[in-house]
Amino acid sequence: MLDGRGAVRRRVGTRLWLSGAWLTLVVAVAVLAPVISPHDPLAQDLMLGRLPPAWLPDSEPGFWLGTDSLGRDVLTRMLYGARVALTVALVAGIATCLIGSTLGLIAGYYRGWPDRIISRLVDIWMAFPPVLFAILLIAVLGASLTSVIIAIVVIDWTRFCRVVRAEAMTQSQMDYVQSARVAGFTRLRTMLAEILPNVLPVIVALLTLEMGIAVIVEAILSFVNLSQSSDSPTWGGMIAEGRTSIYQAWWVLAFPLGALFLTVLSFAQLGEGLRDYFDPVLR
Amino acid sequence: MSEMLEIRNLSARLRGTNERVLRSVSLTVPIGKVRGLVGESGAGKSMIGKAVLDILPKAIEVVEGEILLEGRDLLKMAPSERRKLVGTRAALIPQDPLTALNPSRRIGGQITDRLVDILGWEKARANQRAIEILAEVHIPEPERVMRLYPHELSGGMRQRILIASAFAAEPKLIVADEPTTALDVTVQKQILRLISELQERHGTALLFVTHDLGVVAKVCDDLSVLYAGKVVEDTDVNTFFDAPGHAYSRALLAATPRHTEAEGDLQPVPADVLEIMAAEISAADGAWSNHG
Repeated sequence: MLDGRGAVRRRVGTRLWLSGAWLTLVVAVAVLAPVISPHDPLAQDLMLGRLPPAWLPDSEPGFWLGTDSLGRDVLTRMLYGARVALTVALVAGIATCLIGSTLGLIAGYYRGWPDRIISRLVDIWMAFPPVLFAILLIAVLGASLTSVIIAIVVIDWTRFCRVVRAEAMTQSQMDYVQSARVAGFTRLRTMLAEILPNVLPVIVALLTLEMGIAVIVEAILSFVNLSQSSDSPTWGGMIAEGRTSIYQAWWVLAFPLGALFLTVLSFAQLGEGLRDYFDPVLR
Repeated sequence: MSEMLEIRNLSARLRGTNERVLRSVSLTVPIGKVRGLVGESGAGKSMIGKAVLDILPKAIEVVEGEILLEGRDLLKMAPSERRKLVGTRAALIPQDPLTALNPSRRIGGQITDRLVDILGWEKARANQRAIEILAEVHIPEPERVMRLYPHELSGGMRQRILIASAFAAEPKLIVADEPTTALDVTVQKQILRLISELQERHGTALLFVTHDLGVVAKVCDDLSVLYAGKVVEDTDVNTFFDAPGHAYSRALLAATPRHTEAEGDLQPVPADVLEIMAAEISAADGAWSNHG
């Protein structure tokens, strides 16, 4: 009568472990940045410019990952840069997710005129080139971290909207939705209690993916100097600065780039891993 | 008033076209009786059940007719009033047990939600009732099963749960939409017996949609034969099997496979019967469009 499917234990896969570990580390250093940083992220010392990382010749003790051309400690700036990256990832990711998923759910379940309005809006939205759209928005709003977050939300809600709408439409066709209607539940209740739980795994996967994308977008905008002031430490800003001296001091560019790469990769893998883990039906 | 459900001259069409799906269908389901709806696929048998429960696909609209549930016309009610009446008096046993339970919610909640939210029962009483009704459909360890997710159960078990869920609130009318089609033959038999058993014990009126005449013989009291959305014969089951009145009914009976016959002996619906049907349908449509 009962079959064995319920007894299968989910294993937390390697990718969930690795991505989880890296992101935990990033969150920890971001929170603890003022405590664990060896130096002041803004303190310049031209006498100590372009020092190499600690394991190379000519390095100075205390500057583990070397210094940039203005003598600022790379490690310290990376730790503070993690704060910016994570703030953007969390705030922009969650806001994008809430707006996009809500609209997608409504469009996919209610169909009819709400769907027509929302879908046309998405179509129009996606016709804009995203980076130019972001630059335009920030030009209007003024360069700041808040503007970056607003730009990401304004541009990326369509990603959630489209995927969630498609998923909600699929779920709406299921017989259990029909049964809920026969039982006399309202459409709102059916949407929230029957459809939403089944769309949730997709939303979680998209949310983590979006966090990764938010980190990249923030880095891109820092790179073109449209995020925080160029003085304050961001990974994108560091990469932009390091680019000018890549032959003399590769470490200024390489370490933030590596951190950025691992963080974005981890977000994507975390999403995939979580979706597999929480999916009620084994694939 | 002894009719639980009475449908009078119900016609439906594809929205915005003149393509007819139901052609002036009339039938009754008396209290505590079982009415079978048979026909080929596409004959509109499921549409009748869906029209009663107000879950017609958006592409289909009812043009005229009356659906009387306990003597009150559903089609004249406000949507919310209709939903409330249907929700408290009627229930559905759906066709496909694999998609009819929400995969991300536990079984227990899916049965009790309706009792608590729509009928206003106490949570504890609803739980008690769910355990009772699950035991009644022969599910072992109902308390444990209520904590499981649908994917942890086999198709037959899920269909039992759907039957339990339909009967849980003691509805007066149940629409069973091909409840055994998605199951394998051995399970089909158990499920049919179970539906019959519960229907008799609870005195529920049942509208049983199926394309399987064998099922009709086992479960139903009365029978409507549909062809192209039109009722071509309305009779009781014994008369139907002993002396079918309509040429199409005879053809349908002849086309039913029996294990005593070789496959080659099966008779498709003969061409002359199809001609008669086409003539009848167009005559009915002529009358209908004059009327409209």
